[in-house]
Amino acid sequence: MMKFDTPAGPNPTDKLKVLDKPYDRIDGPLKVSGQAPYAYEYQDAAPNAAYGVVVTSTIGKGRIDTIDTSDAERAPGVLMVMTHLNAPKQNDRGSPQLQGAEIKQYGQAVALVVANTFEQATAAAQMLHIGYSQEKGRFSLDLLKDGELSQRAGNVDMGDFAGAFAGAPAKVDVTYTTPNQSHAMMEPHASTAVWHGDKLTLYLAHQVMHWVTSGVAGTIGIPEANIRAVSAYVGGGFGSKLVIYADAILASLAARKLGRPVKIALTRGQIFNHTTHRAQTMQHLRLAAGRDGKLVAVGHATYTGDQPGGGGEHASGQTKLLYAGKNRLIQTYLAELDLPKAGAMRAPGEAVGLLALENAMDELAEQLDMDPVELRVVNDIQYDPEVGPDRPFSERKLVQCLRTGAERFGWSKRNPKPGQVRDGQWLVGMGVSAGIRGNPVTASGTRVTLRPDGTVLVESAMTDIGTGSYTINAQTAAEMLGVPMAAVEVRLGDSALPRASGSGGSWGANSSTSGTYAACWLLRRMLAEKAGFDPEQAQFADGAIAAGDKRVALKSLVGGSPVTAVDSIEFGDLTKKYAQASFGAHFAEVGVDMHTGEPRVRRLLSVCSIGRVLNPKTARSQCLGGMTMGVGSALMEDLIVDPRFGYFVNHDMAEYQVPVHADIPDLDVVFLEGEDNKSSPMKARGVGELGICGVGAAVTNAIYNACGVRVRDYPATMDKILAGLMT
Amino acid sequence: MDQDSNPKRTGVTRRGLLAGSAATVALANAHALADPATPSPAPAPATVPVSLNVNGTKHSLKLDPRVTLLDALRERLGLTGTKKGCDHGQCGACTVHVNGTRINSCLSLAVMHEGDEITTIEGLGLPGNLHPMQAAFVKHDGFQCGYCTPGQICSSVAMLKEFDQGVPSNVTEDLENIVFSDEEVRERMSGNICRCAAYPNIVAAIREVHGGGVA
Amino acid sequence: MRAFTYERADSPQAAAQAVASHPEAKFIAGGTNLLDLMKLEVERPAHLVDVTRLDLKKVERTGDGGLRIGALVTNTAMASHPIVKRHYAVLSRAVMAGASGQLRNKATTGGNLLQRSRCPYFYDTSKPCNKRKPGTGCSAIGGFSRNLAILGISDACIAQHPSDMAVAMRLLDAKVETIMPDGGTRAIPIADFHREWGNTPNVENALRHGEFITAVTLPKPLGGTHVYRKVRDRASYAFATVSVAAVIGDGVQRFAFGGIASKPWRVEAAEKLSGADAIAKAVLAGARPTAQNRFKIPLTRRTLAATIEQAQA
Repeated sequence: MMKFDTPAGPNPTDKLKVLDKPYDRIDGPLKVSGQAPYAYEYQDAAPNAAYGVVVTSTIGKGRIDTIDTSDAERAPGVLMVMTHLNAPKQNDRGSPQLQGAEIKQYGQAVALVVANTFEQATAAAQMLHIGYSQEKGRFSLDLLKDGELSQRAGNVDMGDFAGAFAGAPAKVDVTYTTPNQSHAMMEPHASTAVWHGDKLTLYLAHQVMHWVTSGVAGTIGIPEANIRAVSAYVGGGFGSKLVIYADAILASLAARKLGRPVKIALTRGQIFNHTTHRAQTMQHLRLAAGRDGKLVAVGHATYTGDQPGGGGEHASGQTKLLYAGKNRLIQTYLAELDLPKAGAMRAPGEAVGLLALENAMDELAEQLDMDPVELRVVNDIQYDPEVGPDRPFSERKLVQCLRTGAERFGWSKRNPKPGQVRDGQWLVGMGVSAGIRGNPVTASGTRVTLRPDGTVLVESAMTDIGTGSYTINAQTAAEMLGVPMAAVEVRLGDSALPRASGSGGSWGANSSTSGTYAACWLLRRMLAEKAGFDPEQAQFADGAIAAGDKRVALKSLVGGSPVTAVDSIEFGDLTKKYAQASFGAHFAEVGVDMHTGEPRVRRLLSVCSIGRVLNPKTARSQCLGGMTMGVGSALMEDLIVDPRFGYFVNHDMAEYQVPVHADIPDLDVVFLEGEDNKSSPMKARGVGELGICGVGAAVTNAIYNACGVRVRDYPATMDKILAGLMT
Repeated sequence: MDQDSNPKRTGVTRRGLLAGSAATVALANAHALADPATPSPAPAPATVPVSLNVNGTKHSLKLDPRVTLLDALRERLGLTGTKKGCDHGQCGACTVHVNGTRINSCLSLAVMHEGDEITTIEGLGLPGNLHPMQAAFVKHDGFQCGYCTPGQICSSVAMLKEFDQGVPSNVTEDLENIVFSDEEVRERMSGNICRCAAYPNIVAAIREVHGGGVA
Repeated sequence: MRAFTYERADSPQAAAQAVASHPEAKFIAGGTNLLDLMKLEVERPAHLVDVTRLDLKKVERTGDGGLRIGALVTNTAMASHPIVKRHYAVLSRAVMAGASGQLRNKATTGGNLLQRSRCPYFYDTSKPCNKRKPGTGCSAIGGFSRNLAILGISDACIAQHPSDMAVAMRLLDAKVETIMPDGGTRAIPIADFHREWGNTPNVENALRHGEFITAVTLPKPLGGTHVYRKVRDRASYAFATVSVAAVIGDGVQRFAFGGIASKPWRVEAAEKLSGADAIAKAVLAGARPTAQNRFKIPLTRRTLAATIEQAQA
């Protein structure tokens, strides 16, 4: 096990012969030809799978009084109907399903119907007779009144906030709201469960393999060693697939009971209420500055809600690190709700926290009559404002991001007075936002094998949810071992392989490639010893190992049997010693239709500082995705609560709208050169979520600049803009 | 594949009812709020023979008439390259070509495609022999998770053909003189949602194929 | 999906007879709306009559200089037809503003006229809905109604008509040609085809059970400048919040509206007025918005003004 607890010195990744190069995805040919199998598509491994369909609750809180399964059981092809009356007992820890009559949220599983065909199961699932008694739930509450200070949010009360705020010459005191949002990844949650004796193989759509093995084994009460989880290809996650849902548990239980593989996909309609979502927030921003623009008081209170035990959306977090200011009051209040359980969605916290903070900064800039870029620049700080210079940032180039972006975007052409630029029917404006996203890292392992033909096999339980894990782990191994990319094969997404970080929180790329780095170091030592070289001196290049003028082809070291090294990376306390985050600056140009108020994005630029860029092509794509989701959060994404029924009413992809092609122009992404030797031996930082962090605020700031309407209630849809245009 | 292989209970007639017997399946309380015009028991699913030409191969199937073209491809023929993203025509992941035209295979019954020529992503090209559009998607990173990708590619290929056939779009200025542009591509591809949002890269891939690039 | 039996019709009259003889039968053509609803069991036909093989796919001139569009002409084929593009551009544009390329390739002229509302409560069989099950109540009133109708509605239903195509058809004074099981035919003016909800929002059009749409006819071309302006949150692949179809010029001034009413909305008397404000006021007379969709009133007025401006530019 390799421990990363001191900043990285020079290492073999510095060659950048393979890393930092825009290689095409190595899983590309499989994906573009439909040959990459997703969770519901393991027909070879489960050739006789029966089809399960989950039935979900149509009330938000209450009890099942009666449940009559007789018609469904008699329906053609039906093999099993499972309800709380006959479901196997499961453990409370984990994700138990069908364990009682109590309904805690809308969309909770209340039954499973299994049949020979999908059509039979789907039809029979409609034949259950379920009588509910509905109780009054907490679906629509005053977050401001009902919340309590969340202890897990890490609240800050520093200096004399109230005094500094009261005495400052410029201040904003504004409240923003952000709605519930849905991940809406393209592949529905799905599971195929196959038992061999007492051993379960579960093909499912999930982001972290060992969370599946522990979670499913814990729930259904089998040893973790008896379950193998496979998510070789995952059709998007964005946090939704960090959780185990009814499909995984019920497929496992039903397959065991039937002695036959069972596969279940949640319907698109079920996903919106059964699975997690990003919770709504109300955010109270109080920012005060001197005439020079320097913040003297930074206040950000988030009010959010969730099921008992849940965390809601901690939208104040980034405000602890983004700007200077000696007097700080940063808090999160959490209320209990009976709506579906909330969970992590791309950049939990920052994605919506920055919508509020970075709009408030724009409002402050206007009050100060100061350029919004300059306001951000003067409030830059190179250390954790709460701790002081003893906790510097590992690498913070926010100012450079802002300056580079302003230059590239033509920011100097922006008219600071709103509503001055017109292009035909469009009122046109520009907006800016800073971006920050924390840089978590976590333990990750890899097995690297040099095979007799000289090719390298990289294996890890790491997942690739579209992030590029296959490709960057291949690049890491190729770089470390001095072999061409074409000689590297990567297998991921299988819990039978070394435990890995999985994908989430932007930790995947950095952590998993560091695990591959560790395993490659071990393999290098093993090979150097075989060749009789000093492992510290040996050079790996061009398929050979060399020291001084001696050179040996790697292939010749293998002989008949492959050489395998397994190792993992663990991270020490560098994240405590150094504040670590990826930074960005986003610039948007938006047109607002002067008649209808329809907002449309015309240009978007993100300048990103993420340490070393492992693969500029896949990293850019991650940014494109985040930026687009940011546009969605700014302009359209809104999971609507109907408090009479306690559910999200727009539960399909026609009514929960995410951006389509026509909403998104060509996007521009720039990566600043850099490396972060405190982050990992790869000297990279996370990028998967940075794109969404701040983009939405740049868009709404541009709307304000375009037409003078400041929408503080997201999303900024035409009705809200129109209301402002008409006043 | 089908639960009822009794040939007497299968078969399409050009006129008149299929000889399906009506099994007794009581209506569900779940339908207390459903369409009122449903007093009688649901009939048992009689299978219907249908032959589909998929990627140049003829398949003779007996299908429950409820089977969509999408599920016939995925669950009966094992062609899982065509994806189920929403099953309601709201995402485009299931896009295939029927007689050269792109459609959502989730909103079409397989039995309605007797004799049709169907092309799926597997029929466009496989690794080692990719269609130019598939190769362009790889080159331009026109995908991330890969789940919407077969639909995007099938849609792209047929979309370019529509363009050549003079099909206008919502952003066409002159209906009788349609000019290829990024804006046209974006509008015409809007029925294919990509939540990873590879949109600019997809447009780049299409632009290149339209311009004759990528071998 | 509820089980159903299936047959293919080999003539329009045979199709009509097949549906008429079965109380729970439905025609299926493109299927893009019917199958969507069947999967949710909002629609639960026990028998489907596949009409897609019928010879109703032609677009041809009529004797009086108009156009007959076969019921099975796809949306794409209709919008791409040279005569439609040249002489009925508002129709081509309206069709192309709707749905997606894939859906337009499947959806038919006849089917589009029968498209049902997108109200989210109509779509959810666990919720009361007078349109789906008369007498259960309207969940949209007092619920999520931002996208729903403000005109032609009632205390029983505030669902909107979702079609773009039908808005242009209404402007063009189209007629819907049908055949009965007994072989009789009729031509229904489109103004009479769709209904306001009243107390029976489950009855959406003038068709009888078994009556089958064979074609839509358009009168001879109007001339003028044709505009279809569709307003929506998402730039494409979304139903209209408000849409305005307009033909202006050559002595003609006509407007029809989508997204705001139970049916494609047109007020002929308003077309004699001048100025967007006056016209909008007449068109929107009697509007009954909810708090959530009240914005459609100014939005309609402003969209109309923009449309007129565009047509006159």
